[in-house]
Amino acid sequence: MRLTAEDGYQAQRSYSIASAPEDGRLALVVEQLEDGEVSPYLTDELRAGDGLELRGPIGGWFTWEAREGGPLLLVAGGSGIAPLMAMIRHRAAVQSDAPTRLLYSSRSREDAIYVEELDRLAADDGTLEVFHTLTRSQPPGWTGHSRRIDREMLEEIAPSPERRPLAFVCGPTPLVETVAAALVELGHEPARVKTERFGPTGG
Amino acid sequence: MDELRLDGNAAGGLLGEIFPFEMTTAQVTCAKCGSLWRVGQAMVYGHDMGTIVRCASCDNALIRVGRIPGRYLLDMGGVSYIQVEEA
Repeated sequence: MRLTAEDGYQAQRSYSIASAPEDGRLALVVEQLEDGEVSPYLTDELRAGDGLELRGPIGGWFTWEAREGGPLLLVAGGSGIAPLMAMIRHRAAVQSDAPTRLLYSSRSREDAIYVEELDRLAADDGTLEVFHTLTRSQPPGWTGHSRRIDREMLEEIAPSPERRPLAFVCGPTPLVETVAAALVELGHEPARVKTERFGPTGG
Repeated sequence: MDELRLDGNAAGGLLGEIFPFEMTTAQVTCAKCGSLWRVGQAMVYGHDMGTIVRCASCDNALIRVGRIPGRYLLDMGGVSYIQVEEA
């Protein structure tokens, strides 16, 4: 995305698409960074009707198409849910029955995005299972996980390595590296574990 | 400034401005250790001066991209070979 100020100053950032190719509207997830130059503008200032320049989609590596099948293991940290949400929505749009498990780590229930849509999709579809872990604060009566994703949690939730799941891991670099290493330790094929590290970047 | 470690997906936008094909799925061979990577799998370090794509095995700088007003500076000296799939 490229933004141009009235004085001609330009800033360019990359954001992940959370909508499916089948969706009529493009959805991008923008996480507001406290000291950010662009994200506070997008989250606080941008109004309907304002112009934006977009180029893309860019990046064919961290992608899944329904014809690739499953089982799928999707692991998200924070705003890393975005590209996985695109896969989940694509999977629903084409009525894929590829067995899919999403493990989504958020600081709190309020920090997690797409919660209602994920609940709804999982309720309608016996082959989609959603697991949340809330690492900082949990609502009263919370029965899900309440710690950072670790090997034990992955062992519990990931399809067994014998089923050769395709794993997609997206989030902050420490989470991605912890999860990818743990999956390989558990016996998953490194070539079937794809990662995307999220971070503030102009790339 | 601290370097931020990401992966090749984060360089897709910048590389996409230079190359006419999808670079995150292009395969590059490290000129130092011979490892083969999709660019999306390699490590990316971004800082004020530009973006460096490094081999995830030996840390060799595969691709360095600098950007100054009006031009790109591209050093691919760390790549011995690049394979690109036809669109």
